[in-house]
Amino acid sequence: MKTVRNGSRRDFLRQSFAGAALLCASGGAGSLATAEPVAAKSGVAGAKSKVVVARDEMLRGADSKVDSGRILALLDRAMKALLGHDHPAEAWKALIRPGETVSLKVNTLGGRGISTNVLLVAAICERLQQAGVRASNIVVWDRDSSELERAGFHLAMGGERVQCYGTDRVGYEENLAAWGNVGSRLSKILTERSSLLINIPVLKDHDGAGVTIALKNMYGVIHNPNKYHPDGCNPYVADLNMLPEIRTRMRLTICDATTAIYEGGPGYKPEHCWNANSLLISQDPVALDHTGWQMIERKRAEKGLKTLETEKRAPHYIATAADGEHKLGTNDPKRIAIVEA
Amino acid sequence: MLCGLELQEIARNQAGSPLDRRSFLKCALASGAALGINGVAEPAAGMGAGAASGTQDDARFTVEAKFYQKLAERKIKCKLCPRECTVGDKERGYCGVRENRGGVYYTLVHSRVCAAHVDPVEKKPLFHYLPGSIAFSLATAGCNVNCKFCQNWDISQSRPEQIPAEYIPPRRVAEIAKQYSCPTIAYTYSEPVIFSEFLMDAADAGHEAGIRSIVVSNGYMQEEALKTAYGKMDAVKIDLKSFSESYYRQVVTGQLKPVLNSLVTLRKMGKWTEIVYLVLPTLNDSDEEFRGLAQWVKVNLGPDVPLHFTQFHPEYLLKNLPITPVPTLERAKAIADAEGLHYVYIGNVPRHPSQNTYCPKCRKMLVERVGFTASQMLIRKNSCPFCQHPIPGIWHV
Repeated sequence: MKTVRNGSRRDFLRQSFAGAALLCASGGAGSLATAEPVAAKSGVAGAKSKVVVARDEMLRGADSKVDSGRILALLDRAMKALLGHDHPAEAWKALIRPGETVSLKVNTLGGRGISTNVLLVAAICERLQQAGVRASNIVVWDRDSSELERAGFHLAMGGERVQCYGTDRVGYEENLAAWGNVGSRLSKILTERSSLLINIPVLKDHDGAGVTIALKNMYGVIHNPNKYHPDGCNPYVADLNMLPEIRTRMRLTICDATTAIYEGGPGYKPEHCWNANSLLISQDPVALDHTGWQMIERKRAEKGLKTLETEKRAPHYIATAADGEHKLGTNDPKRIAIVEA
Repeated sequence: MLCGLELQEIARNQAGSPLDRRSFLKCALASGAALGINGVAEPAAGMGAGAASGTQDDARFTVEAKFYQKLAERKIKCKLCPRECTVGDKERGYCGVRENRGGVYYTLVHSRVCAAHVDPVEKKPLFHYLPGSIAFSLATAGCNVNCKFCQNWDISQSRPEQIPAEYIPPRRVAEIAKQYSCPTIAYTYSEPVIFSEFLMDAADAGHEAGIRSIVVSNGYMQEEALKTAYGKMDAVKIDLKSFSESYYRQVVTGQLKPVLNSLVTLRKMGKWTEIVYLVLPTLNDSDEEFRGLAQWVKVNLGPDVPLHFTQFHPEYLLKNLPITPVPTLERAKAIADAEGLHYVYIGNVPRHPSQNTYCPKCRKMLVERVGFTASQMLIRKNSCPFCQHPIPGIWHV
């Protein structure tokens, strides 16, 4: 088994995103053959949805940049807390069926300042490969290739390496997918190149929607997100996440809260960003969004800002996603188990 | 000289076999390179529709928008339509075709033509405007509403980089119109509100060349923008989609009141205006709504404004509804007639007698229409040749 764990993160990034080097799977076919996907209930503590909040106050080096080794360790800690496996690869194996193609939907609208951290994505790719996923069966993606590049990702299409490109390179489905108030063409990366979707949003304030975390990151999957911003994106966010093409693929959310923004989002406003040095992980995107929203509210209170409700931009779409019509998860604090790790 | 796409499109339409929007896109994608189309965005190998980004020269289509207000922190407020989107840096408005770049708002669709045809003017429909004439008709991507019944949703609800387009600047638009003997340029198919800057420049170029301009629009526009942009039009057709705010909110994702205001403004400006009302079974087809609409038109615009009740065909997000029954359209017309409107038409129903224009005084037929063709035109000197009653409209070049 070849592992990149002993190599530097920089080497890994070069190999997996830009280079041609093969990164062999850490898990063999035999072990994969027995792997079972984790059902939704595995993210539940008793009757509760589990949201892991993993923090590392030493996440950053002297230059204040995220340290690649520490973010890998933080990811491992979070996954262990969520799924209960001692060895990191085992936790990932529990999520994946043999032969699955895994897509990592990142958020790169905010440029280098406030996008999904490249080192976090590299760490996830590393663990996926160690769990048996071929590098070429992993695609890191967002709406637009140029936005990915601006956020620090190296584009890669073809070859035996982790794939990385935007929907602009492959287009959208010709036919509409519709649910409720949403009718959209879906990215072909989702429909044709993903059997499993891992959502990797950023913890952000949003001037219209209140917050943008897990559920709203799916706006980057469709061709017409501009149509769904009225009324605080409610009920559009919830309706969009009901599309079977999204719902059946969504397996896990890993919210990047290494750097987060509590005001002035979704664009990058350095004066309103803070180093939360955290990851939020859950299989319940509604519970994760509710938890992330409360983190933003606490930060706003600390900074002397009004609540989002007072500013008339509370993220009501989270409650809609939890209602009886959608049932995408729970926003009831009594039914959310927040696990610090 | 026309480029390949223009020739291909126009030729097909003149042969009486118009392409639908999807066929157009497919055709453009599939045949662009092979035909040596000049200026058509060529998709990269293996790409399908919707993968046009990066293959079009964005800079050619990007022009500073005319109707917006700068705000603090590099934000802007769009003043084009009543939505008044507040747009942060690097973001776009609801229409998807206007982008804030560093606090300056840009249209991304100037001269970015994604559909072009030569159509009979009756297809718009405009029935009191140069009957039997043809119009060089064009569109860009984008729309400022999201009608659940949109028949052109694949261009109106897309971002410009998602669909193939061709660079056709205003003077070229006028040249093409002239070359094909079109007395008129029509801005249509998607929603011309959102390409107002292009429309204005093309209208100016057209007028310099002796060619008129007409617009087919939802009228969902701020007053100043309407006066400035549609002030350059020779005739306007407004899609009044309903006479109820709740319908506008739920089915159109817009508002009724600003559209009514636009109609009144156009009337005050003296623009020749016709109204189309698409009748959707169960959603906007009550007697009360037809009556309220007709009464409002008579009081606010006058009895001579043509009102077209047109038949709905299931499309986009409303495929569950049936085609509008012809008796429903006839009921709508009967109500509007009874309220005293002089020119009430039934549309999208081939060979229906209510497609013809009749003199409101002597009831003689003045313009006979078969499909999109005006087969007989008897109006002379803007009047009925039988009783000399004036017939309002723009009848002669």
